[in-house]
Amino acid sequence: MSTQARSFTPYLFMAPAAAVLVVALLYPIAYMIYASFLDWNPSQRIGQATFVGLRNYTSLWSDANFRESFGVTLKFASLVVSIEMILGVGLAMLLDRSIRGMTVLRTIFILPMMIAPIVVGLIWRYMYHPTVGIFNRTLNSLGFESVPWLSDSFWSLTSIIIADIWQWTPFIFILSLAALQSLPRSALEAARIDGASGWQQIVYIKLPLMMPVLIVTLLLRLIDAFKVLEVVLVMTNGGPGLSTEILSLRIARTASEFRELGVAAAMSNYLLILLMILTAIMFTYTRLSEARAARLRQMSEEG
Amino acid sequence: MSGVINQRQSPAFGVLMVILIIMAIGPIMMMIATSLKLDVDIMSSTSGLLFLPTLQNYETVLCNALWYEPAHLDYCDPTFGRALKSSLIIALVSTIITLMLGTMAAYALVRFRFMGRGVISMTTLLMRMVPPAVLLVPVFGILTFDFCINDNCLAGTYSGIVLIYVAMNLPFVIWILQSFIVQVPIQLEEAARMDGANPFQVFYLVVLPLIKPGLAAASIFTFRIAWNEYLLANALLDRNTRTVPVTIVNSLTGYDTDWGVIMATGTLLAIPPIIFTFVASKQIITGMTAGAVKG
Repeated sequence: MSTQARSFTPYLFMAPAAAVLVVALLYPIAYMIYASFLDWNPSQRIGQATFVGLRNYTSLWSDANFRESFGVTLKFASLVVSIEMILGVGLAMLLDRSIRGMTVLRTIFILPMMIAPIVVGLIWRYMYHPTVGIFNRTLNSLGFESVPWLSDSFWSLTSIIIADIWQWTPFIFILSLAALQSLPRSALEAARIDGASGWQQIVYIKLPLMMPVLIVTLLLRLIDAFKVLEVVLVMTNGGPGLSTEILSLRIARTASEFRELGVAAAMSNYLLILLMILTAIMFTYTRLSEARAARLRQMSEEG
Repeated sequence: MSGVINQRQSPAFGVLMVILIIMAIGPIMMMIATSLKLDVDIMSSTSGLLFLPTLQNYETVLCNALWYEPAHLDYCDPTFGRALKSSLIIALVSTIITLMLGTMAAYALVRFRFMGRGVISMTTLLMRMVPPAVLLVPVFGILTFDFCINDNCLAGTYSGIVLIYVAMNLPFVIWILQSFIVQVPIQLEEAARMDGANPFQVFYLVVLPLIKPGLAAASIFTFRIAWNEYLLANALLDRNTRTVPVTIVNSLTGYDTDWGVIMATGTLLAIPPIIFTFVASKQIITGMTAGAVKG
């Protein structure tokens, strides 16, 4: 085989994948950035839309609905991620021992993440149902009043948060358990011999050693929390009012119901910028902690 | 609470495990149970677990795919059966194409050292970041107005949505397959090349058979995304090509909800991912944790 033919081979192997990515991913994103400067509705071709400059971006900030939906998104994401982190890491600490049935638990725990978000929404909508749902039935049979799970603005946000916690706590549990079980045994052994209590081991040894994985887990989860859409769509469709209208739902509605594609594109860009900042933080953090680990290793080798 | 004491099994942990398992699986079980109930049983306030299971809801959903005519139906609504077919076609085709393109690209990236692994993990992560909602506007615009041949546009067709799903899944698939290809001993490939195999033969006959676990993990992730996706499917597909998630949402907005039938549809939609989970939980967990633990 000639060297010239060999040097073409990698391009031949890469070409189909690269072509698809350019046509169906990079082009759409560029298209969206362009569309965000237009006043464009779905019945027009993009060429017929009028150019409005930054109007879509600036008008969003004076739009009370957008601001409310942005606030709901921030509230939802920060609440679910912090509760899930506490529960997931806590459970991992508690169950970090060779217990029979751990494999079964882990398998069952990934089920909520594997089934369609639409189905998750469906299940919870049924459980929250005012008359046939299990929550109100149980409350009623115990002699309590029914709770307006999905029809009151406070409760509906709580309800979608509970559903998200059910679906995603296992993710954090599985990741932190993996991190825990790959900790250096020697450090834990030394702490135990020095008489550190269970709590002291957790606070001074385990948590600091797990920190790099925990931070990455936190950021991954945070990124995903901003992407949630289907579960909320099925459960509340953003209501009542705008109490559960998270940003990605607002984007979808602006595009399909209000038929303002330019505004929806501008909103998408805001969301994308927010997520890019999070990703950048994550990258910088991993780089920094890798560099620090390398320096420590070098120091210990020299010393 | 020192570790030494807790090495033996304490009953409290057994109880905790059981509670966790029930909490995780209970809601899913409830969906399946409801799908086996008649409307009367769902509405009655007494029975929770005591009911006579029936397949009637499934017969309603699948009426046009059955070989007999269900006795309880006056009219057969073909929506769900058709959607199931669309879902299967779209998910299977996009999985196959993604894997074909993904394995080749991953192989090129590993063996021909072109672009670093850093670039790939960066792209993967960037793609993970893009929410489907962000792709909604541009993909709608492009498939409706741009990608057309003589007024036949890709919007509403299987090809259009498959193209988007392939693009959405490729970065992750390439990234996860790389870690498997790196482990294939290069001596095997060199031996094959000595025997006169060309790069494509080396790839198809030597490398691919060795990375089957990786292929399994990658195909599960791809299939799952294409099978479960709602937003883009809703915007891009028309009446005849709609997938199951879209029909579920549509039937919910109707005035009165037939929970038994909807839950039967939901169960049908959930069955493939559930099977994958039990067959390949190890590969799935590897795929999930790889991103965070290895950066």
